[in-house]
Amino acid sequence: MTPALSTPRMPATWRDFLQLMKPRVMSLVVFTALTGLVCAGAPVNPVIAVIAVFCIAIGAGASGALNMWYDADIDAQMRRTRGRPVAAGRVQGSDAAALGVVLSLFSVMVMAMAAGWLAAGLLAFTIVFYAVVYTMWLKRWTPQNIVIGGLAGALPPVIGWAAATGEAPLNAWLLCAIIFMWTPPHFWALSLYTSDDYEKVGVPMMPVVAGAASTRRQIWIYSLLFTPICIAPAFTGLGGMIYLAVASLGGAVFLVLAWRLLRSRAGETPGEREEGLYEVRAGARDARNLFAFSILYLTLLFATLLGEHLVGARPLELLS
Amino acid sequence: MSNPNQESDAEARARRGRNVAIALGLGLFVILIFVITVVRLGGDVINRSF
Repeated sequence: MTPALSTPRMPATWRDFLQLMKPRVMSLVVFTALTGLVCAGAPVNPVIAVIAVFCIAIGAGASGALNMWYDADIDAQMRRTRGRPVAAGRVQGSDAAALGVVLSLFSVMVMAMAAGWLAAGLLAFTIVFYAVVYTMWLKRWTPQNIVIGGLAGALPPVIGWAAATGEAPLNAWLLCAIIFMWTPPHFWALSLYTSDDYEKVGVPMMPVVAGAASTRRQIWIYSLLFTPICIAPAFTGLGGMIYLAVASLGGAVFLVLAWRLLRSRAGETPGEREEGLYEVRAGARDARNLFAFSILYLTLLFATLLGEHLVGARPLELLS
Repeated sequence: MSNPNQESDAEARARRGRNVAIALGLGLFVILIFVITVVRLGGDVINRSF
C-alpha cells in the first residue's frame, strides 16, 4: 500500500494533477467509447454525445488517479512509473485519492443525468473494477491480473453504445470482447522485456511467475482466439468490406508476429529492455514487434469501424 | 532572517495554478449541468401547468 510517500518535495502544479489522470489512457478510452457511440447508429443529440464521451474520459482519469494513489509504493521502484506524481513525491497520496473519488462521483452523476442509468451504471462498474478489483486485489495477487482486469479497459465502447441507445446489445459486447482478448497478448509481449521491474516489486506478471516460454505460448493461444473475434464484426452487421479487409490482413500479420515470438527466446535474458518502451536488445525484438503492432492493429480496427459508420458504408450483414 | 513558513515564489505560482484549475473545473461543472438541463428538457422548460 502507498502512503509512505506522502511528503511532497516540490509544490504540485495543475499539470501534476492532470498527469494523475493518465491522459494517454484517457485518449484511448475516448477513441473506443466514441466508436461504440457512433456504431450504435442511434440518433443522439450531439451535445449529449460529447458530454457522455467526456464523462467516460473523466471516469477513466478518476481510475488512473486512484491507481496512482494505491500503487505509489511499487510505482516508485519501477523505471516506467517512477516519474508519476505520487511516486515522485510531487503530489500527496491523499490528494490523489481525493481527486479520484471526486471525479468518479462527478462523472457517474453527470453521465446519469445526460445519458441515463445504464451508461452511468456501466461507468461506475468500470471505475470500481479498475480501481478496486484490478488495482487493489488482482494486480499483486495473480498472474491473471491483466486478463481479468482487462475488462475495465474493454468496457468503454459498451458505455458509449449504452449512452447512445440506452441498451447494450451483442454487437456492443463484441467490441468489448475485441479489447478484452487483445489485452493479454499486448501486455504480456511488453512484460516479456520489462519483467525485471515487476519481479523487483513482487507483482506476479506472467513472465515472472510462469516463465518466458509459458508466456510466449499463452500469447500465441490468445492470439489464435483474438484474431477471429476481430473478424466477427464483419459478419454481425457491424463492419463492412473495408473492415473485413483490415481485420483479416491485420489479423494475419498479428498471427505471424505472435508465431515469431513463440519461436523466439524473448524474455529469457534479463535486462533486454533499454530506455523507452520500444528500444530493446536483439533478443526481445519479437516481443517488442508484437507489442507495437498490437497497438496499431487495435487502432486500425476501431478507426475503420468509426470511419465506416461516419460515412454510412453498408455493413456486410452476412449472418443477418 | 527569512521566515521558514513563508511561501516561496514557486510554491505561490503552483498554488495559484491549482486554484485557477479548480475554478475552471467548477465553472465547467456549472455550465455542464445547465447545458444538460436545457438539452434534456428542450421546449418543455416553458411548458408549465399553471
